[in-house]
Amino acid sequence: MIEQVTEIRVSKLQPPSNPESPAAEPSPGGAGESEVRRYLLSRGNSAGADRAFHWLMVLCGLSIFAIVALIVFELVLRSQESLHAFGWSFFFKADHDPITGQPIYWDPVNGHYSALPFVYGTLVSSFLSLLLAVPLAVGVAIFLTEMCPRALRGILAFLTELLAAIPSIVYGLWAVYILVPLLRQYVNPLLIHSLGWTGLFGDDNPTGLGYTTSAVILAIMILPIISSLTREVMTAVPHSQREAVLALGATRWEMIRMGVLRNARIGIVGAVILGLGRALGETMAVTMVIGNTPEISKSLLANGASMAAVIANEYAEAVSDIHRSALTEIGLALFVVTIIVNAAARLLVWAVTRGAPARVV
Amino acid sequence: MADHGVTTLAILATLMVLLPLMAIFGYLVYKGASSLNLDFFTKVQKPPGEVGGGMANAIVGSALLLGLASIMGVPLGIGAGIYLAEFGRGTKLANAVRFTADVLNGVPSIVMGVAAYAVIVSPHVSWLPFLGHFSALAGGVALGIMMIPTIARTSEEMLLMVPNAVREAGLGLGVPNWRSTLSISVRTASPGIITGCMLAFARVAGETAPLIFTVLGNAFWSVDVNRPIAALPLQIYVDALSPYDDWHRLAWAGSLVLIVLIVAAVSLVRYVTSRGVLKGAS
Repeated sequence: MIEQVTEIRVSKLQPPSNPESPAAEPSPGGAGESEVRRYLLSRGNSAGADRAFHWLMVLCGLSIFAIVALIVFELVLRSQESLHAFGWSFFFKADHDPITGQPIYWDPVNGHYSALPFVYGTLVSSFLSLLLAVPLAVGVAIFLTEMCPRALRGILAFLTELLAAIPSIVYGLWAVYILVPLLRQYVNPLLIHSLGWTGLFGDDNPTGLGYTTSAVILAIMILPIISSLTREVMTAVPHSQREAVLALGATRWEMIRMGVLRNARIGIVGAVILGLGRALGETMAVTMVIGNTPEISKSLLANGASMAAVIANEYAEAVSDIHRSALTEIGLALFVVTIIVNAAARLLVWAVTRGAPARVV
Repeated sequence: MADHGVTTLAILATLMVLLPLMAIFGYLVYKGASSLNLDFFTKVQKPPGEVGGGMANAIVGSALLLGLASIMGVPLGIGAGIYLAEFGRGTKLANAVRFTADVLNGVPSIVMGVAAYAVIVSPHVSWLPFLGHFSALAGGVALGIMMIPTIARTSEEMLLMVPNAVREAGLGLGVPNWRSTLSISVRTASPGIITGCMLAFARVAGETAPLIFTVLGNAFWSVDVNRPIAALPLQIYVDALSPYDDWHRLAWAGSLVLIVLIVAAVSLVRYVTSRGVLKGAS
């Protein structure tokens, strides 16, 4: 509609039917067109400038695609060497020590490159953090949307958002000096003592670093994302659903369970997947607490490594081209996985909130 | 009965969420506040063993990086936001751009750093004098790439809040379309757009991962765009993992400064957007 308005040109206006009649002209003595019309025609119109502005804005919008294209192009280009040398088995096979038979995963000095421990570490710490974060985040969301007194809601929502604004280096600093000693002295011995029989909590890592610590700090970091998106999808559920369940005689928890959570569960799954996406890519806090040991262990208390952590640690100092190329290949895998996870999550959340502009978290 | 149990669990969950927040802020203030003196803001880090020093070069370096990033990120971001809100509303292309911007927001920042390394720092590209080595320019590009989707989405949201009547009034008076967009829509939404930019600044100021192998960090005072430069989050990272108590102290103080700036920016954004964007329009 706005486009149509600008297309109406001044020249389409009809001139006065009798150009000779002095009464039809506002200025005396002038023959032909009126002064006003001549003035308006001489000013031209803004069609050229409008078109240029339009295309400039379209170019700015396309710059988003350009960014994605640039990242994909550069990552694929720089990992060609590693892709040719190792192929896809980079991610699930490893060399073995000829003498002891033990697998050697990541030894850049001697030319052994396998991303297996990094993939394992990333997956273990991310899924463990989801296990810790999702119940808490959904609990907070339920409290804030359904149970919280209206006066407290703003403050508590703001505080939860503050958790999201804290940069990851500050989380890492706090984790290294406060969380790690706490886990080392109190929590890990407790876990070994009570759950050691499962075989998942070995006692050979007394440092307090490891998969568990990184899972705890990741859980704290992804909590606000999951919680705020869950709140958004829960408020998107229409009130008629709540009222219908209450009219049938449900208690408050039954109303929440049947009226709200059941309708919002697709969006909640989307929020959880978005939190997973953030946890998969988290770099600084994980680098500082996961132990940076490229090994695979069954024990959840053991040191490990993650994909983002190894890139952060070794990229600046990688000497050989193949080393850098292997790291870039890990970066490419990380990029592809987070794109897929984020796209799936956004689609799920959109399905519930129906295209309301998503929050920039 | 289950109702009471669930209420208790929900309150417990909220308290458990607020606990780390209080713990982090409390420890930052407790450990960092005592190190915040004039020296911190004016001196460069001293060698290990010498007491004193500060993070002046890191703070100035971060400001310079933010400036470089915003030269690239703010015009493109606001332009993309104008496209999404004014020209592309409802079109398939705009929906694709919006979706891609949201997805890009979730991509880990280290991947942006790897891309910036490949474009600017890598020895393969040293055919221009400012390419082929670690520099503040590379960090600025990495941070700028991160800013564009964020600023695009927030400015789109702010521009969508401007009522159509205002735009139509401008067109009815004969204002050209491009002029109406810039002088009327963008100006009305400008408090919101500025706060959106501040939000992007706050997010980008705390990013460390893309800076590790693009600006590399610098132990000395430097404001040269073409050389490695110190940055606040990077300096905190190096100091936190060092074995020296004095450097740990500086890391806590630096974190406190960073957190105070970010919390101030987020609170300001909250205040401005809650007050309403359209004071000028209504």
